[in-house]
Amino acid sequence: MADPNRTVVVTDGSNDASTVSGAATGVQSSPKGEKGAGTDPSKMDQQTLAAVLQFLKNNKLKDAEAALRREAKLPDGNGDSSGSSRVATSGEVSSVLSAYESEGDLARYCEYYNSLSSFIESSLDAHKHELGCLLYPVFIHMYLQLVYNRHEKEAHKFFNRFSVEQEDWHQEDLRTLSTVKTREQMEGNDLMDTFRSSKFVLRMSRDSYQSLRRYLKQNEHRELLSILQDHLFIDVFDGVPRNREQVQATSGAMMGEARRDANKVKVLYGLPKEPDINVPLDDDDEGAEGEDKPKKKKQKKDLLLNKNKKADPNAPPPSRIPLPELKDADKLEKVLSWKEGLKRVPLGRENLPSICFYTLANAYQNVSAVGVSEDSSLLAAGFEDSNVRVWSLSPQRLRTMRNASELDQLDKEADDIVERMMDEKTAADSWLLHGHTGPVYATSFSPDREQLLTSSEDGTVRLWSLHTYSNLVVYKGHNYPVWDVQFSPTGYYFVSGGHDRVARLWGTDQFQPIRMFVGHYSDVTCIQYHPNSNYVATGSSDRTVRLWDVLNGNCVRVMTGHKAAVHTLAWSPDGRYLASAGVDKNVLLWDIAYGRLLAEMKGHTDPIYSLCFSREGSILASGGIDNTVKIWDVQKVFEEIAGSDDLTSLDRASLVEVGSLLLGSFQTKATPVLKLHFSHRNLLLGCGRYQHS
Amino acid sequence: MSDRVLPDVTAESIKVIAESAGIGQLPDEAAAALAEDATYRLKQITQEAVKFMHHGKRRKLSTADFDNALKLKNVEPLYGFHAEEHIPFRFASGGGRELHFYEEKEVELGDIINAPLPRIPLDVNLKAHWLAIEGVQPSIPENPPPVPKEDQHAADRPPGVTAKPSGKDGTKPAGKPGKAEVKGLPSEVAGVKLKPVLTHELSVEQQLYYREITEACVGSCESRRAEALQSLATDPGLHQMIPRFSTFVCEGVRVNVVQSNLALLIYLMRMVKALMDNTTLHLEKYLHEVIPAVATCILSKQLCQRPDVDNHWALRDFAARLMGNMCRNFSSNINNIQSRMTKTYTKILHDEQSHLATRYGALAGLAEMGHDVVKSLLIPKLKEEGEKVKMLMEGPVHNSVDKTAAEHIRALLLKHCAPVLAKIRPGPDNQEQYKTDFGHLGPLLCAHVVKARQQQQQQQLQATTTTAAAASVVQRPTLQIPQKSDWVSCSLVFAQINSCFKTIFCESEKYLDDFASDS
Repeated sequence: MADPNRTVVVTDGSNDASTVSGAATGVQSSPKGEKGAGTDPSKMDQQTLAAVLQFLKNNKLKDAEAALRREAKLPDGNGDSSGSSRVATSGEVSSVLSAYESEGDLARYCEYYNSLSSFIESSLDAHKHELGCLLYPVFIHMYLQLVYNRHEKEAHKFFNRFSVEQEDWHQEDLRTLSTVKTREQMEGNDLMDTFRSSKFVLRMSRDSYQSLRRYLKQNEHRELLSILQDHLFIDVFDGVPRNREQVQATSGAMMGEARRDANKVKVLYGLPKEPDINVPLDDDDEGAEGEDKPKKKKQKKDLLLNKNKKADPNAPPPSRIPLPELKDADKLEKVLSWKEGLKRVPLGRENLPSICFYTLANAYQNVSAVGVSEDSSLLAAGFEDSNVRVWSLSPQRLRTMRNASELDQLDKEADDIVERMMDEKTAADSWLLHGHTGPVYATSFSPDREQLLTSSEDGTVRLWSLHTYSNLVVYKGHNYPVWDVQFSPTGYYFVSGGHDRVARLWGTDQFQPIRMFVGHYSDVTCIQYHPNSNYVATGSSDRTVRLWDVLNGNCVRVMTGHKAAVHTLAWSPDGRYLASAGVDKNVLLWDIAYGRLLAEMKGHTDPIYSLCFSREGSILASGGIDNTVKIWDVQKVFEEIAGSDDLTSLDRASLVEVGSLLLGSFQTKATPVLKLHFSHRNLLLGCGRYQHS
Repeated sequence: MSDRVLPDVTAESIKVIAESAGIGQLPDEAAAALAEDATYRLKQITQEAVKFMHHGKRRKLSTADFDNALKLKNVEPLYGFHAEEHIPFRFASGGGRELHFYEEKEVELGDIINAPLPRIPLDVNLKAHWLAIEGVQPSIPENPPPVPKEDQHAADRPPGVTAKPSGKDGTKPAGKPGKAEVKGLPSEVAGVKLKPVLTHELSVEQQLYYREITEACVGSCESRRAEALQSLATDPGLHQMIPRFSTFVCEGVRVNVVQSNLALLIYLMRMVKALMDNTTLHLEKYLHEVIPAVATCILSKQLCQRPDVDNHWALRDFAARLMGNMCRNFSSNINNIQSRMTKTYTKILHDEQSHLATRYGALAGLAEMGHDVVKSLLIPKLKEEGEKVKMLMEGPVHNSVDKTAAEHIRALLLKHCAPVLAKIRPGPDNQEQYKTDFGHLGPLLCAHVVKARQQQQQQQLQATTTTAAAASVVQRPTLQIPQKSDWVSCSLVFAQINSCFKTIFCESEKYLDDFASDS
């Protein structure tokens, strides 16, 4: 994990420097935040520290440098030490690059590559597919060596000759690489940096590995050997070699598969027991002595409230993460949603949901984000012209709060004080929120529906009050486009992720992040908070899905298998399963307990932008810009796993064989499906913008 | 990858750009180096822009995406750049030079100031509808037609071995009220695809719609009828109700022929036409009801109370045209509609005892079947029919009914045979020759053929490129070509230009799409 951390520190620093330059606080936050994210400072090696210092120095960020020195207890680095560190840093950079130094003879590279590929072709069928994964990283690094050694023409020939042999899902990265044609261009290319500084991970069985070693011993290909040593990480496991389907299922990510040990940590995916709320069956008031326990997602309420009172063995202890206390209003809310849940329609194979579709008409600017509140009463749409608009989906119109002097005159002890605070004269069907200066890419309502979060291309996250319809806080820190933001199910916390490859955890009352989740090799494109608030799942355009522990900021699951950027995630209501989908048009279903792939659902013809589990978790709805809502029978998969032996083996990512899971497909006229949401009663809501032909 | 031409900025382009920026003598090496770097940067920016496109949840790359990508790379975005959907360049060549330029018109400032303000665009609004109700998609205007036309068609002829669709087509008593069939999912039974017979009630809305439409179609209010027919001709999602409508037409014709109610028959035929015009419907499964009804309206002995006064000829013409269209659209090797209808018509013509009105219908029906039928079936009969007409008009026993019938038959034959003759007979047209060939009708026919020839020549002169289209226009008797030919050819040329532009726009859009999905 050290490698990705290091690269991102640098990325992060450059963000701050590029735009903030001068606002010392912003800069200082980056090293601090880094430590807050759980990296032990003693572990952070001296070289990295020196590199950061050098960077700060180069950019004339003196305050930040001094602060860092103080914290790291380094001697003040004026005069002599700066010179040495400069030498060290530049020496380091060049040493990384010079790893590619070699004679670079096209003929020999071609020969090596051919020899490797014919060896793989001729090896036993059992090993063939595992070894086949070698070709892609070897090809890339050979190409980069050629480019680095200024054999541009040879590199081009080499590329044209062998790039067609690579798997389809690598073509996107190959196109990016193909633009790199000279040594100068190698620097500053994100993908290049990633390839250079991180190792490509391959998993193979011991048998396959042995045969590879025999081959390498027989043929002394020095370049090949050095590539394998320097840029590849081969994770050897004991067991039967995987077949083609198994290999394909988990390959596709930018830097290969997940290391085996990456998914070993136990994840407390269960839901904590329901706090005691004395529920008088006539709603209005309810008992006050609710324990300070995390609030559970409302859909978990079952017909028998008592059923959930048993503690789940997999649930995290309630005090693991400090969560906001339940207010009276929250308790009332929970009771109401529980009562709504009583009227829920059971869904399944036989009972498909009703879908109510909200179409945004006359939207001349494209709609880039749609969010729906947990209780399905509010809808927020983000537009590419920087506007955000909030609609009420219930008969209750949207009102603002009275002004201060009027509020002062109210009787604060009145029962209907909340109602009285609102100014009836301002009632409107929708409110427009101005403030962002770029396309709005995500909207998220707080669970109490009093606040709204939006994230935008302008690099900020904004918190809006839905009582005054005004902007409360601007959270700066990403500095690059923020692709997604989401409130935690308990409120107060939220997570944002963006182009800077970092997902940040914030509290609404703090302007600096509480945690930084660092490790993705490319943009963090989507975020989904775990129902128990202890974990955060992120999807990225490096084609992986990661799970982070909010407590210590560690990455506890890395899941590979997508063949293109991930754009949407959804948790099953019981918190054990995660669904993900994106540009590769497939929906993947993951078992978080072991981090393994359960099922692949194919059928969409264009990128998927929305996923949602029904309230009892038996069906999954997906929607995308192919204007279709598809309904999948995930219950079948869950039944299948329950029936089979508990496959704890992570090495065998065998898909559950259940045939087609598609239950239904519903096409809209010309409206992409940007958001899907199940109401408490299991009515499926969809939303999108009508596209004029 | 390798077979694709990679879009690269060339050194020449760089030189031109340098020239326009005031740098005269750019060395070749510098240009080449710059070109390479420019290519790299452009590609990088494009790749970033695609990211923005994906996050904007679009398929099409926009200029704003490029701006955002530039911003991301810390490059100052382009200001004031504006592109319509199409490529704004115009091309001109001359004097051995080719160039592309922006077409910029001079604009009078006063015009802009004095121009009325454009209408304020409508505000964004949110509209809800049911996309599905318990897993079934309701057929409402907000949803796409429940079964696309291709699928309806596919349901008619399932691929491979198919069992006799049990009670789907012919045996299904479509007249049963309140029942309609929906396409059931084919279930595999012993390797043979069997379609389950599915019946289901029409929804209340559909029943209401059916009642409204049928009442309006045969009611007395002309404006309501027009609306109803419009709805039948354009609304998607009527698929489930066609069996009901076809039964309505079928029964309606049966009753009204007996009562000789001409007006109602005309209304019913207009309904058939509206249903045929609806592009989302596939009538093939219901032809067994529609064709007899239409054929009745063409061939029945009596269609009105007073055959001497009422214009039942128009109904016969109209129905014959419908039948012709049906043959063109639905005839296939399996149902053989065209040959079966042709047989029916010719049988009537061979029968000397057939009623004159029926004869007229048969002739009209054949005439609408297209040029080939006219050529092979009508023209050889011209002489014989001519004698009949002569006998009726000049013969000793003649009543007024027979005389009008004969007049109509004559007009019909002249109208339809002349254009065909003009095509197949080499000129010049000789009265005598015609007389020997076609008997009584000869001289008149000759005059008509001469006229038709003139028309055709005129059209050829005026619209050489669009002869095919023009010829098809000629066939339609409702369009009067002589008066409007100028206008028609003009509009055709316009249409062609328009479509040219459209293809150009499409190409550019496609390019953008390709670009977006590839890079």
